[in-house]
Amino acid sequence: MSKKSGEVILSFDNISLSFGGVKALTSIGFDVREHEIRAIIGPNGAGKSSMLNVINGVYHPQQGEIVFRGQKRRGMNTYESAKSGIARTFQNIALFKGMSVLDNIMTGRNLKMRSNFLLDAIYWGPAQREEIAHRKAVEEIIDFLEIQHIRKTPVGRLPYGLQKRVELGRALAAEPSILLLDEPMAGMNVEEKQDMCRFILDVNDQLGTTIVLIEHDMGVVMDISDRVVVLDYGKKIADGTPDEVRSNQNVIDAYLGVAH
Amino acid sequence: MAVAGVSVDAVRLDTFPRLLRQHAQLRGGRPATREKDLGIWQTWSWAEVFTEARALASALAQMGFKRGDNLAIIGDNRPRLYWSFAAAQMLGGVPVPLYQDAVAAEMAFVLQDAEIRFAIVEDQEQVDKMLEIKDQCPALKHIFYDDPRGLTHYGQSELASLDAVMDQGRAEDRLHPAAIDAEIDRGGADEVAVMLYTSGTTGKPKGVCQTHASFISAAKSGCEFDKLGPDDSILSYLPMAWVGDHLFSYAQAIVAGFTINCPESGDTVLTDMREIGPTYYFAPPRVFENVLTTVQIRMEDAGAVKRWLFDYFSGVARRVGAEILDGKGGVSIKDRLLYALGDILIYGPLRNVLGLSRVRVAYTAGAAIGPDLFRFYRSIGVNLKQLYGSTETCAAVCLQPDGEIKFDSVGKPIPGVEVMIAASGEVMVRGGCLLKEYYKRPDSTAEAIDGEGYFHTGDAGFFDEHGHLKIIDRAKDVGKLAGGALFAPNFIENKLKFFSFIKEAVAFGDARERVCAFINIDMGAVGNWAERRNIAYSGYTDLAQKAEVYELIRDCLEKANADLAQDPMLADSQVHRFLVLHKELDPDDDELTRTRKVRRRFVAEKYAVLIDALYSDQPSQYIETLVKFEDGRSGMVAADLRIMSATRYPATKRAA
Repeated sequence: MSKKSGEVILSFDNISLSFGGVKALTSIGFDVREHEIRAIIGPNGAGKSSMLNVINGVYHPQQGEIVFRGQKRRGMNTYESAKSGIARTFQNIALFKGMSVLDNIMTGRNLKMRSNFLLDAIYWGPAQREEIAHRKAVEEIIDFLEIQHIRKTPVGRLPYGLQKRVELGRALAAEPSILLLDEPMAGMNVEEKQDMCRFILDVNDQLGTTIVLIEHDMGVVMDISDRVVVLDYGKKIADGTPDEVRSNQNVIDAYLGVAH
Repeated sequence: MAVAGVSVDAVRLDTFPRLLRQHAQLRGGRPATREKDLGIWQTWSWAEVFTEARALASALAQMGFKRGDNLAIIGDNRPRLYWSFAAAQMLGGVPVPLYQDAVAAEMAFVLQDAEIRFAIVEDQEQVDKMLEIKDQCPALKHIFYDDPRGLTHYGQSELASLDAVMDQGRAEDRLHPAAIDAEIDRGGADEVAVMLYTSGTTGKPKGVCQTHASFISAAKSGCEFDKLGPDDSILSYLPMAWVGDHLFSYAQAIVAGFTINCPESGDTVLTDMREIGPTYYFAPPRVFENVLTTVQIRMEDAGAVKRWLFDYFSGVARRVGAEILDGKGGVSIKDRLLYALGDILIYGPLRNVLGLSRVRVAYTAGAAIGPDLFRFYRSIGVNLKQLYGSTETCAAVCLQPDGEIKFDSVGKPIPGVEVMIAASGEVMVRGGCLLKEYYKRPDSTAEAIDGEGYFHTGDAGFFDEHGHLKIIDRAKDVGKLAGGALFAPNFIENKLKFFSFIKEAVAFGDARERVCAFINIDMGAVGNWAERRNIAYSGYTDLAQKAEVYELIRDCLEKANADLAQDPMLADSQVHRFLVLHKELDPDDDELTRTRKVRRRFVAEKYAVLIDALYSDQPSQYIETLVKFEDGRSGMVAADLRIMSATRYPATKRAA
């Protein structure tokens, strides 16, 4: 697997984040290489989602430095991060329930849309061409995720596993270079998990997208990740390949509940 | 007229590649194949299909595919896989389609038996299976895949993408265009055109070798019978390895020159069907049943007015619909008006939703169809008919002529086919559509075809007073109860399966005092039924063992028993005791064949402890069963199964 990983494109140094008196993250530092699948794991409340929120600019750390593609920044806002090619999915599905699968994924194209409001309204010339190009991109994602049969179905009527897949689709529609997945497999059955694993690997493989994911299912994490970082109580306790992490004493303690 | 076109130069139009070439010349611009891709229907004309097939043939020839070689074809219904059949046939090779949902180990047998060197497969899933069994099949040297997704980092030397292969073939064909034409001209009508493996309810699958002549004769008879021409179109969604799909989507399509439409994916068939509006439709009873169940479930959730309209006009259709479709007299003006109104309000929109608006002829075969189900479709104006055939007879022995439709017969022998009933009751067939032989199995061939050229179908049946063939059961399954009465398990099981709550049934009784049965409930229908009664359940195993569900199934069985009691021959076959199985019978566990027929002996051995319990007085029996998941892993399912008795009725005459 190591053959595909490239340069470091995103790195964190000494990141600390607190909400009032609660320290969510304390001096975290790790990096993400291009084209790799990087997992963040840890027990509940370890700060995994906070870390993801720091990456795409929802939270701004009080301390520390983020370097993204060679540019230093304390934090960017969510719009900037989306524009610079970071897309994400959420732990609790955040889709437009009343809209069809197709339309939901189309919203992911938002940042790519160029034509102006007036042209769109009369659906003429460049607006029409652009619409067709976007629709094609969306259809390719639908094909990729094998959800043709629910193309026109309102998202609210879909089972959970499929909604997760649609959310992944919407994130992919932005053609991200980094994809952040917050528990993509939570609440899924074995078969749905296998499907999702395959899609994640295919996205990584076919589109070359760098993936940062949070996941609780250890089997899945150890199977598909290139490198794993382990958080516990807002601190980094291990970082390395799945094999290294598996045999790390700190990790075993954190998961088996040795007294701290 | 394509049929007329075929007979213009009958001498030279006796193989599929030649017919294809003829279409490319005569109606090159007409649509031959459609596929929905990225949400849009893509069309290929006959000329394009011919060119693509040639390109593939050129490439295969370059790589050493020779006359007589076998080409494995595995995948869902994709245009390029259909063209692969033609490509292999152009070179005098034999396409061998495999069931795409078979696990690797099952495929290994066929690949070894047919000494496959070349395989054309759909996608990564199939490629993985091929690579898994490569070591067991040393002959396998070339694997071409249609869909490159997920395969970019596969380095195996056997692999190549169909795109690249065909590009190479196109260049070669342009350079030496005469080469393929010469190969097409060399082919003979009596050469093997396709090899279809039988599903193998008993023993290992056998390769059935069918010649160009036999499939063309079967296709021609069918097309003439139902007046199929180049303007017809069909949705191709059934497994390509099944004789029915090969007859309808390949042989008949090429003979009559009609259009085949490949759905976007297996899950989109209903939507695609509505968009295409095929004029010719084929489905096994199970598909018709699923569709009707869906309609019923949705009607139960509909508003009161809609439900009333549906119920009222369903009643009208039940009463007179089939007669009106058959053009029979004796229907009152009032009923005709009511039916016309129903057609506007209910039947028409319903046909439209189901994609059946333009269907002129619909066929069902492969298993018995329930009388209610059959009548329902006919009563809403769908010309649904039955046919009888098998892999060995190109699926073409008997068809029901328009206007002579009966739910319990399979119709009259088609022109050119002789049907005879042996003294034992077995149906025997002679005619142009028979198989040439079983591949490398002269013993089986000799067993199946007797000295006079009759093929022994293995089905027990008889002709009724109108000359229609009636099939009772597989001849070898027909047994006797200990009391001496006839025991036809399939017949009983079919009667049970006609209830929408029962998905599968297995009846036991040969050489025993009485009949007992295993039942599989239909998850969709029973699940919906349970939800509306606020019965909570966690999954199949849980739902199956609910006391309420047992009551429900017992009601069904008692209705069936009452029905059986009316037939003096079958009155003793009433079901005494039954149980609902804790898992669904599944081809992955070898309990069903890939065509979803019960492997009777295997099931009896596997669940012997349950059968013993049925024939004792135990109220329940504990069982643990190993199940295989789709990915090849396995797990255990355990349950304490209840056993329940059903009321039997005294034998009565039908007059009662």
